[in-house]
Amino acid sequence: MSASLASSPAAHPGGIPGGARDHSVAERLSRRRARSNMIAKVLCFIATAIALVFLTAILGTLFWLGFKGIGLHVFTNVTRPPGSEGGLINAIVGSLIQTVLGVVIGTPIGLLVGTYLAEYARTSTLGNTVRFVSDVLLSAPSILIGLFVYQVLVAPFGGFSGIAGVAALAVIVIPIVVRTTEDMLQLIPASLREAAVALGAPKWKAIVQICYRAALNGIATGILLAIARVAGETAPLLFTSLGNLNWSVDMTAPMSSLPVTIYQYAGSPFDDWVQLAWVGALLITFGVLALNIIARVVLRPRS
Amino acid sequence: MSMTNESASETTSAMGGMEARSSAVLNAPRISINNVDFYYGAHKALKSINLKLPLKQVTGMIGPSGCGKSTLLRVLNRMYDLYPGQRAEGEVLMDGKNIIAPGVDLNQLRSRIGMVFQKPTPFPMSIYDNIAFGVKLHEKLSKSQMDERVEWSLSRAALWGEVKDRLNSPAGGMSGGQQQRLCIARTIATRPEVILFDEPTSALDPISTLKIEELIDELKSEFTIAIVTHNMQQAARCADQVAFFYLGELVETGTATQMFTSPREKRTQEYITGRFG
Amino acid sequence: MSDAASTATSTSSFGDRIFAQVARAAGVFVLLLLGAIIVSLFLGGLPAFRAFGVGFLTNADWDPVQNVFGAAVPIYGTLITSVLAIVLAVPLAFGCAFYLTELAPNWVRGPIGTAIELLAAVPSIIYGMWGFFIIVPIMGDIVQPFFIDNFGDIPIIGALFQGPPFGTGIFTSALILAVMILPFIAATMRDVFNTVPAVFKESAYGVGCTTWEVMRSIVIPYTRVSVVGGIMLGLGRALGETMAVTFVIGNTNRISTSLFGPGNTIASIVALEFPESPAGSVKLASLLALGFLLFVISFIVLAISRLLLRTKVK
Repeated sequence: MSASLASSPAAHPGGIPGGARDHSVAERLSRRRARSNMIAKVLCFIATAIALVFLTAILGTLFWLGFKGIGLHVFTNVTRPPGSEGGLINAIVGSLIQTVLGVVIGTPIGLLVGTYLAEYARTSTLGNTVRFVSDVLLSAPSILIGLFVYQVLVAPFGGFSGIAGVAALAVIVIPIVVRTTEDMLQLIPASLREAAVALGAPKWKAIVQICYRAALNGIATGILLAIARVAGETAPLLFTSLGNLNWSVDMTAPMSSLPVTIYQYAGSPFDDWVQLAWVGALLITFGVLALNIIARVVLRPRS
Repeated sequence: MSMTNESASETTSAMGGMEARSSAVLNAPRISINNVDFYYGAHKALKSINLKLPLKQVTGMIGPSGCGKSTLLRVLNRMYDLYPGQRAEGEVLMDGKNIIAPGVDLNQLRSRIGMVFQKPTPFPMSIYDNIAFGVKLHEKLSKSQMDERVEWSLSRAALWGEVKDRLNSPAGGMSGGQQQRLCIARTIATRPEVILFDEPTSALDPISTLKIEELIDELKSEFTIAIVTHNMQQAARCADQVAFFYLGELVETGTATQMFTSPREKRTQEYITGRFG
Repeated sequence: MSDAASTATSTSSFGDRIFAQVARAAGVFVLLLLGAIIVSLFLGGLPAFRAFGVGFLTNADWDPVQNVFGAAVPIYGTLITSVLAIVLAVPLAFGCAFYLTELAPNWVRGPIGTAIELLAAVPSIIYGMWGFFIIVPIMGDIVQPFFIDNFGDIPIIGALFQGPPFGTGIFTSALILAVMILPFIAATMRDVFNTVPAVFKESAYGVGCTTWEVMRSIVIPYTRVSVVGGIMLGLGRALGETMAVTFVIGNTNRISTSLFGPGNTIASIVALEFPESPAGSVKLASLLALGFLLFVISFIVLAISRLLLRTKVK
């Protein structure tokens, strides 16, 4: 195809170099580029599909295998030896107790640290160090937190305990709450803070009565996500509250928890125990996903 | 050396006019700004400012962006104290005391000098609680007294009629103009003597702007007012005294008529006629 | 530079000073917490370091009978499974992120994005169970025999595909880890890609670039640093994962060249051997020493990732 436009350098007074416009080259390049584009698009679509397949596979397996074992006995019986229709109630209660207490202890500390970082130490050296350390703790292996609490609260006292389990979970909660609190407080415009101070409020009242209220949604989201995270943690509990096959709410004694029970049951050779493990897995996942959905879908749009 | 607020011990009705202040002479300065310098870190943002804010009058502060007018406003209620690295030197006299000296009770000071910001900042609570917030910081009022104070503040801010039936609804649900009037109501609820307005209408539509300018005109019968504006026409409409700032210096002050028809300084002339800014 | 809590002057109210000091004390507490973790792990592992010296790091023995323990196998297992997991996960994560930011129709982005975030929220023990009961049989019955039979005899590469097809092993662990960290890296990449100002992309489209070309020449260079940071964050998580790996790694103290061979990671060996480690024993000290080493490795990776993620472009 002959070039119909600007067929000679003389047609461009300034003399744009490069010769005549060759449409066949452009078309060839264009076809090749379109092909690469299409290949890339298809690959990406496949990648996303794979991720979604995994999600469906995992959730589907859970529901399929876990639902089969759901029955009243799960919620009324404690864990028993295989073959005696045991349930999971002590594990469920133990998890609830340790999770709630861990969050109750870790949240105020996390809230204060997040407040410190957002309101008092945005650029100071101490603030930057605390921020860095908090970020490291956020992603640190939870098994190491368990080992640490073992060294501090179990070994010296000669016994595993619910208290140690709570401590380990609290340590995991703290950096999560720190991060969300700091992020949420930083989003608050300076003018809101200044408006409170301009009325004569001391800085701490401006923070507590105005800033916390304004950031409430975000802070609540952080707490829900922290709950969801520690509810599923197994490794730290292995070294702290260990697990208890009997009913016990004694905080100074080893305490049962759902993740640890699942861990013990899943690896066992007993069918009914494995079935209970799946039920437990279903319960935990359902709870964790429900918390996440509430946090992300229900709370977020209002901000 | 803390400042005592004469009205702090009052528990009488919130309605009614302001107490007569110590200055009996009308137009005597409520606040005297003497040789004030201001620093952001090492950068000197205000140079030797001398300005008097006359009692119960509106002082307009104009000038191009970055000239220091908002900075000066924020000196007056010590807002810069929130930010380490910012400091003011010199004298700002109110009732004979220098309010930028160390040892001043800032919370008390800010109950006497209130500020309305450029962006409306309703607190995340009900309309009633917004007004009550500032009052509760400084006074102990019974429920009926607080109700009266809330009604008084909203009436003076020309908002009462629009919100009297929904005092418990969230303040964020109002329009921009209403929110700004709420902020004004909130500020006057603590019965300050001076109100500082930092570009109060630049974020609002023309009709709300007009309403607020009318409001300011009414408020000056009870409060001494300083208003920063980048809108010269607004200064011409509202202000009794106009101060022109440029690059951190106070170039000229005068009445509105005088500033806009026959300014003394060349820089003022150039700003007025739009040569820059 | 000092913080605002330390400059609370006498003009601040009493309440202000208390609140500021308490907030700052909380911050210092976090620092002390990290210090305490490092110190306690180190002190706990000290007997092992003293008993075995530097050779602890290179010794591949794990002998409870003779009381000789070495970290080489778990360290190798940790590194190889994590790196392999990254190799598997990153291309998929990138594809997901690209799809979510450029290709998907708008109404689909929210739900799929949430689905991927939900995948990230699933507890690791669930991944471990799913891996053990679902993936391991598939690996053992289909995948591993396929590779062993067809590729096992090729010189050099064939060494990767040896061994009895139990279904467990290094590759299976890496696969489960990859599925675990995939949503995490994908979400981070998506957030990072979304920070590219529209005006950059529009100017590229304006000269006639295809979507892929915009991705390749505008978005990736712009976000390169943060993307690497996000990958390293995923790596940091993979290094410390316990439950996802413990079920499927095979719990054998051996460094095998085959992808299908069993092994151990630091996290899995600590979890598995802890119940049989009496307090005060060298074995327990060795586990704590391993924990300390894992902390050091994770700390370095996480510190680098944070540095990269928080660096602003330009």
